[in-house]
This record gives sequence, C-alpha cells and structure tokens, in this order.
Amino acid sequence: MPAAFASWFSARGWSPRGHQLALLSHAQNGESALLVAPTGAGKTLAGFLPSLIDLASTKRRDRGRGVHTLYISPLKALAVDVARNLDAPVIDMNLPVRIETRTGDTPASRRQRQRRDPPDILMTTPEQLALLLGGADAPHLFGSLKRVVLDELHSLVTSKRGDLLSLDLARLRTLSPHLAATGLSATVRDPDELRRYLVAQRGRREMAALVTAPAGAPPDLSMLDTRERLPWSGHGAWHAIHEIYEAIKGAKTALVFVNTRAQAEAIFQQLWSINEDALPIALHHGSLDASQRRRVEEAMAQGRLKGVVCTSTLDLGIDWGDVDLVINVGAPKGSSRLMQRIGRANHRLDESSRAMLVPANRFEVLECRAAIDAAREGAQDSPPLRTGGHDVLCQHILGMACAAPFRADDLFEEVRSAEPYAQLTRQDFDAALDFVATGGYALRTYDRFAKIRQNKDGMWRVANPRVAQSWRMNVGTIIESDMLKVRLVRGRAVQAKARATSSGSMLFYPAKLPGNAASRPAYTGPLARGGRVLGEIEEYFLETLAPGDTFVFGGEILALQGIVENEALVSRAHADAPKVPSYAGGKFPLSTYLAERVRKLVSNPRNWGALPEQVREWLSLQKRVSRLPKPGDLLVETFPRGERFFLVAYPFEGRLAHQTLGMLLTRRMERMGLRPQGFVANEYALAVWSLGDVAGAARAGRVSLAALFDQDMLGDDLEEWLEESALMKRTFRSCAVIAGLIERRFPGKEKTGRQVTMSTDLIYDVLRRHQPDHILLRAAREDASTGLLDLARLADMLTRVQGRIVHEALERVSPLAVPVMLEIGREPVYGEAQDQVLADAAQALTQEAMGQEVMGV
Amino acid sequence: MNLAVVEKRTPTAPARLNVGGVAFLADISGALFLEDERLLIVADLHLEKGSAYAARRVLLPPYDTAATLARLASVVLRLAPRAVIALGDSFHDVRAGERMAEPDRCALAELQRGRDFIWVAGNHDPEVPAFVDGERCATFQIGAVTLRHEPMAGASAEIAGHLHPVARVVSKSGGLRRRCFASDGKRCVMPAFGAYAGGLNIRDAAFAPLFPAGVTSAHVLGRSAVYGVGPANCWPD
Repeated sequence: MPAAFASWFSARGWSPRGHQLALLSHAQNGESALLVAPTGAGKTLAGFLPSLIDLASTKRRDRGRGVHTLYISPLKALAVDVARNLDAPVIDMNLPVRIETRTGDTPASRRQRQRRDPPDILMTTPEQLALLLGGADAPHLFGSLKRVVLDELHSLVTSKRGDLLSLDLARLRTLSPHLAATGLSATVRDPDELRRYLVAQRGRREMAALVTAPAGAPPDLSMLDTRERLPWSGHGAWHAIHEIYEAIKGAKTALVFVNTRAQAEAIFQQLWSINEDALPIALHHGSLDASQRRRVEEAMAQGRLKGVVCTSTLDLGIDWGDVDLVINVGAPKGSSRLMQRIGRANHRLDESSRAMLVPANRFEVLECRAAIDAAREGAQDSPPLRTGGHDVLCQHILGMACAAPFRADDLFEEVRSAEPYAQLTRQDFDAALDFVATGGYALRTYDRFAKIRQNKDGMWRVANPRVAQSWRMNVGTIIESDMLKVRLVRGRAVQAKARATSSGSMLFYPAKLPGNAASRPAYTGPLARGGRVLGEIEEYFLETLAPGDTFVFGGEILALQGIVENEALVSRAHADAPKVPSYAGGKFPLSTYLAERVRKLVSNPRNWGALPEQVREWLSLQKRVSRLPKPGDLLVETFPRGERFFLVAYPFEGRLAHQTLGMLLTRRMERMGLRPQGFVANEYALAVWSLGDVAGAARAGRVSLAALFDQDMLGDDLEEWLEESALMKRTFRSCAVIAGLIERRFPGKEKTGRQVTMSTDLIYDVLRRHQPDHILLRAAREDASTGLLDLARLADMLTRVQGRIVHEALERVSPLAVPVMLEIGREPVYGEAQDQVLADAAQALTQEAMGQEVMGV
Repeated sequence: MNLAVVEKRTPTAPARLNVGGVAFLADISGALFLEDERLLIVADLHLEKGSAYAARRVLLPPYDTAATLARLASVVLRLAPRAVIALGDSFHDVRAGERMAEPDRCALAELQRGRDFIWVAGNHDPEVPAFVDGERCATFQIGAVTLRHEPMAGASAEIAGHLHPVARVVSKSGGLRRRCFASDGKRCVMPAFGAYAGGLNIRDAAFAPLFPAGVTSAHVLGRSAVYGVGPANCWPD
C-alpha cells in the first residue's frame, strides 16, 4: 500500500484490515474476487481501495479516456451514499480522481457530459448500465475499464436484475478483456455461486478468488416473551404493541422491521395511537414517495429519530446512523434474511448487534425460535442462484443490436460466458433471437415488420431507429406498471378537514389516529387534480376498493375518490375501520431450511424447552387430541364442523405453494365427488372444506388420501388451472414487458376521450391456445415454478410425502388447525370462484327486483 | 387465500334481453340471438388487430383473427342462424384485408356459406374488404329496432356496439371485470366479440348520454352462463 494511503489510515487511528489488504492484492494481480463480510467490516472501502491506489499512481495521460472503475448498486440511494463516503479519502489525500453518480435522477445535461467526458469512477445501477451498453459509444466509455465493483451482490443475483447484470458484465468483458470484477456480499449459503457469477464461464467452472472477513461478535438475539395472550393467527402483533413501544423507548434508535407494507402501515398507526411521549417514530417503505423516504433517511442519519418502522427497503447496506436495536415483527422467513436485518443494528464489528423478535402468532413463535437457533449456529439459507430468464435475454439481445450490429455466433458465446446463462442451449438462444426479430411465432406473417434484420454479411442490426428508442424506454426488469400513483386531492366532502390537517408534518406524525369518528366521504364526481403524490400502490389492491372505501397509506387514513388514468386520487378521511392494504402475508415464503427446522421443533416435545408456556400447552394439547406432525410425514386431519367437512394438511411449505396445492386439491376433490366449497392457506397449513365427507369416503374405501395428494396432480389438473389462473396471467404480463413484446405503458390508455383498455390477459389466452410452447409462455412457466405459484417447492413436497401421508380422523377441530381456520373469510377469491361473484351479484339483483319480472339467469 | 368453489351447474335458460319490445337471447359468447328469425348479431370483431399492432412493431401473437373466427364459427354451429349481422368494426382498419392470411380468409368464407351476412359499417371499417361476401349497409332494421355501429343518443330502440362495454362486478365473493351487454329495455350496447378487443367500463361517462336513467341491467358473460347484474353491483374502475 502506498505511503499516502498508509498514513491516511493511521491519521484516522485505523489500520487496514486483513480482508482489505487481501482484496487489494488480488486486484493488483488483476484478479476478480468476491469479498464476503458482515456489516461494519469496511466492505465498501475494501472495494474501492484498489481503484483509488491505481488511479493515484497512474498519470492521467497514461490512462484510457473512459471509465476506470464502475460501481453497481441495487439502490440509487446506495450509489449516492457510497459516492459521498468516498469523498473523504479523495479529499483528504487530494487524489486526482473524479467520482460521479448516474441514476434515473441525473439531469440530462450531466448524462450527456458523462458520455463525452467520462469520470474515473462511475457509480450507477444495473438499469443505467444496460442503457449505457445499448449506446453506440459504449466502447468509448468502457473500452479501458479496469475494474467493476458489484455491491450487495447477494441481493442482486436473486432477481431478474441479476440476470440482466450478468449479461451486461459479459458485454463489459468483451469491451475490456482485462477487466477484473469485485463482488461485495453479505454472508451467503454458497459463495461459489457468486464467485462464478463474477468471471467468464468458458466450459470449465471458473471462479473468482474468495476473501472472507472474520465474523463479528455474535448477535444478542432474543424473542419477546410477551406478558399478553399470544394470538392464534394474524400478522399484526397488536398484543405486543406496548412492549414494542417500551423497547423503542429504551433504545437509542430502533429499526422495526416488518414483512409487508400493510403491516408497516398498521404497526405505525398502532404505535402512534399509544405514543404518549411523542417519540419521533417514522415510517419507511417502498410505496412511499421518494422524497418522503429521503427525509426519513436524513432524519435518521442525523439521529433525530427514535424509531423507524420499515420493510425490506432498509435491508440493504446504507449506513443511516446509530441503530442499536432491531425489532423484527412477525415471521423472519429465513435465517440469512434475519441475519442481514440484525446486521443493521450497530455497525461496529466488535460489538454484538442487539435484536428482538416479536412473533405475531403461535406458529410464528415456532418460526422465530427456529430462526434464532439457526442464526446462533450461523446457518445460512439464502436462495440458490437463478437460471437466467429468457425474457431478460430477449431484452438484452435487442439492446445489443441497438449498440452495434452483431453476429449471432459471437453474441451467443458472450451470453454463455455469464454464469446464469452458462447452460443456455443454442436452440433457446435462437428462439430468443427469433422473438426479438419477428415475435417468434410459428405463423410467419410478421417478417416484413421485423425489429432486427440479418444483412447479407450475416450481421443483425435494428430495422429502424424507433426500435432503439422504444427499447430505451423499456430497459430494466422491474415492472412498475402494476403500480398506481397515489395522489392527494381535496375530496369535496372532506375539504375543510383536509385544510385543517395539512400541516406538512406528515413525515413523523400520522394526521389521523385510529378511533376517530367515521365520516365516509361520498363520491363527488369530477375531481380536482394536481395534489401531492404520496407514493405508489399496487393496482390490484386498488381494484378491490370502491370509491369512498378507506385504507391506510403513508400513515394516514385515506378515502379513494377515483382512479384517473394511472393515478389513484385520494383524500384524507376519518374512519373507524379503514381497509388496511392487505398484501397477504408477505412476499417471501418461509425458507425451505427454516420450514425443516420448524417441523423438527414441533415434532419432538424434548425440543420445546425454549418455547413460551402458552405454546408448549398448545402443542401438548395437539399431541393429546390428535398427533404432532413428524418431519418426513404429511399430517392430514379431517373433522366435521357446522354443516361441512374440513380437511387440514400441514406441509409447512409456505403460503404460495399451499395456495397452488389448494387450487389443485379442490379440482381433484370436485372430480371425486367430494364437493369442495373453498380453501384457505397460510405459511404452515392448508384447510379445505367440502360438503362431502372425506373421512367417511376414505373409511368406505371410495377415496384414498394417497391418491388425493398424488403428485400426478401436477399434470393435467395444473395445466387446466394455469389456463385461467390470474397469478399466471400476471406472471406472463411481466415477462411480456421485460422481453419487449409490449411496452411498459401497455395497456396504454388511449387518449381519445374514452378509455378502452386491452389487457395482456387477452394476449395470454390467444397465445396459449395457438402456440403453447412460445418462448414467453415458457419464460412465464419458469417464473411460476419459483414465483407466485412456487410449483417447484410443491413438486418437491409431493414427492417427499409419497407413502407418508398420516391421516387423523377427528371429531372436532384440533389445536394445530385453529390458526388456519381463523383465516377463513379474510381473503379475496381467485380463479374458479369467479362465477360465484356473478352469481351473488345476480342474486342481489333478483332480490332487488322482487315482484318484478325476474331476469333469466 | 380463501376460495369458494362454485357448484357446477348446468346452464339454465339463456338470458333474455328485451330491446324495444323484441325479446333477444344474450348468448354466452357475447352474441345476441333472435330465435324466431334465427338472426345472430355480433359486434366489434376487430379482425387483424394483432397485425395492425405488428405494423407498428408491437409484435402481438398473430392468432387473434383465427381465434375470433373460430369462436364465431362455434356459435354459428350451435345456433345455426339464417343470417349473421356484424355490427361494425368487424375489421380493425381499412388495410386489414391486405394483411389477412389465406387460411383466415378461407375460414371466414366457410363460415358465411349457406347463410346471409350483413356488414354494418363501423368507424374502423367504413369499407369491408372487397373479397368478403355479404351485404354492406350503414344501419339495419329489425321491426322498430335499429341496428347500427355507434350508438346514437336519443334513439328510441337501438342495438349498437362500438363502446366495448365491460362491467366491474363486486359482490361478497370478490370482484372481477367482464364483458357485458349494457341495456335499459330501449337500447342495448353489445360487448365486443374480437379476441383482442379491450373493454370500457359501463360506468364510464361515455355511456351516460345513452342511458339517461342509467344502465338498468348488465348481462355479464361468465364462464358457464350469462348473469344479469343490477346497477348496484356494477362499479366504476
């Protein structure tokens, strides 16, 4: 290390850490490397030290004219934050280094200047990199690139953004063959996957070097031993709200992590309803407007906040002040996830991070216990690396054609050097190429409308400049068009009140606390436009609301006034019982690893020592009246209740897999004549109710439970269901947008006075009937196996329990079944029940029209 | 998630729909049928909409024309009409004929064989391609009921298309958006029949001048039946 740098370290009372020096030495040898380090280990500085040293020791005229080091972060805010942190060494040592950021917020003039006169270090996001690589000047920008630093790599690689980044990394290596990549990652289950991701794959399984920083002090983990009665179900943790409040009060700054935005909103409301000390408690989640989030972040960095209720938006490594306590409300879902969250408390390695887990119900107690044990052992369960998506590949191919004409053979080789695409077949590559060119249809009628064409010289190039323009508008893999902006307007009915409360202090203080008098504003016709944007919310949630309905958002109770184009217009409202946004359960299912541990914990009473008394009693009672589910078995209970017969299964495979199982199981029961009426699923169990007596039919030998749960349900039953599944259609839509079949704004609301919207569902229906093996349908199917339908996990489970189904025929509901039974009636309907909606509505009409001629229904 | 499974029911009598005193049947396919006359009415086929997008380099699957014609063929087979009346916007644009593939042309010709076809002009297709058989007209009369493409405010008894009505139905079981017939006894606006035809909510302002007292009934196309849904259960988007 040069003297200037050594003295900079010592002037600060620091000495370079082992992993920082190790990474430096790999970089100086021109080698790619992965640094795995816990939070607080000086990861970022380690990543940049080699660049700063190289830049300091090379005269400007000896450098290339392009970017020297490229830094990629999953978050805009992180890129900006890291750039700020780098200023210190650069200014202190007076280094001849220009560092700039480039994000969606960078003004156009600076972006142009950056392309003409690139900085030494460019900090940006995967989407911006893709855009730069799709420009004709990419060789000028990146031809002399020495290093690329990928921050928070563990989080990038688990999504399609990681697929896109891997392809862009492959292109960077083509532009600058001596490029070395450095990955910065939290602790993961299998670092080798990330090591392969960083380097070109050429037949052999090449890997980057590995540098592992020593683990910090073990975390101080505890589970809240509540004084209150533990709820049977729900995710709200209301019972513990006072205890959470006390914990926040006792800490310097506490982060309260929850799994969904809806929970964040609800907890925030609850905390404020008991906030007698007026503690500065703020809210932070991905739906809130960016400027509001920035204000919370600043207030946190300045130490002005006592607590922040947040979702995974604060999971990543931005250093926002002196957090000394992490409170995780609800299910931790996975041990790696929990450990990354705990790492947010206390950025000093030698001190323990302090974390408290607050389970919201009895099952979550088990999950918290299993997660704490796993975390203490340091067991990791981060998800495996993805196989690169075909939709992302399509987008990339078009981008590369926009950059410069290419030869298919060359691009195929380049793409295959990216780890997620290392196994890509030439056939699939050609299918993607064909899709980009003419849509990839068996019916070849679009040749004259091609987007890219092959010339006589064999090179593919864009057919027309508008194609490139449209590609630029649609780069990226994050599909936001399902989101509507939430804009605050003055509903006429609430105008006076809105004026009285629009104090501008919304950042920390909810305008309305629960329990106020209800006054549901009436829908008042045309609306005033142009109010403040509060944030964004999923379109499908808003579709469940009618004008006048109230919901909680950004800590306020709002009334929906109407939806105009892509905006939901809302006004402030009083309401006793707002409809809280119900993004059921949380996006991440319980990890397979943690599920396994929960099964073991439940099955053996000797493991119950560390569980709260209430939970031990509950499980003991289950053992007495039914039985405990064994790890390798699938326990299925049946019992009559009311006029119906219930079947409750305990696969412990997460809500998504259970939902899919429920869909398929009810189809099968229907065919067996058991007349199923509905089902409900949670993370641990599935309950189906029917008019037919399953237990009776099983006793009489008419139905076998083994046949009911046979894995062949993943054949025709699944195919039939996928045809109509709303989840599948949503999955298809995002593939279609990413691949570039349709534009992000599609369905475009035609601005002709009336809004006729053509939905992608129509395209899905037609394509599925006429070309079921189309590349986009295959891509959607791939996504469904791990995404919203979790088919892969369901398939594993069905295989595992073959011949191991344990049936317990009971007289009444068992203790273990209570939580899932309590969820009945809380959730909306999907799929097959759709005609029921119409039948109900028709029924209502019949009643309304009593005495008149009843319409034929 | 909570799912209620619908009892599988045999389709009951088709939904009756009265316009100007004439009793039509609202078919689950989105067509209207006049039983005595064996007249079948369909609206807004939008043939070759997919290729119209493709010409602007949005390469939608080129199967919509085949899909729409196949659906029409199955209604024709089921109800065996003497005549079919297409209520305008049968072709997505004036160049649709040029883009129409040979097999689709044949399918259409096959469908027309042995029955009359009446092409009412629409704003998308003031002219139907020359190779297509059948009578062309601006409006068509069934007794006192006028059939035209674009509904006319103030008309006394009318069946029209153009607006692609859909209803957003919300009941205690949940909510969904489906194509529907919008009617009030005097007028009926038919759902679009085309595979790629989008929809306009019947609560949209465009419907207001046509139904001064409001749409009194939406005949909503379900999976297994047509459901008559009252205004109280139809929501704005």
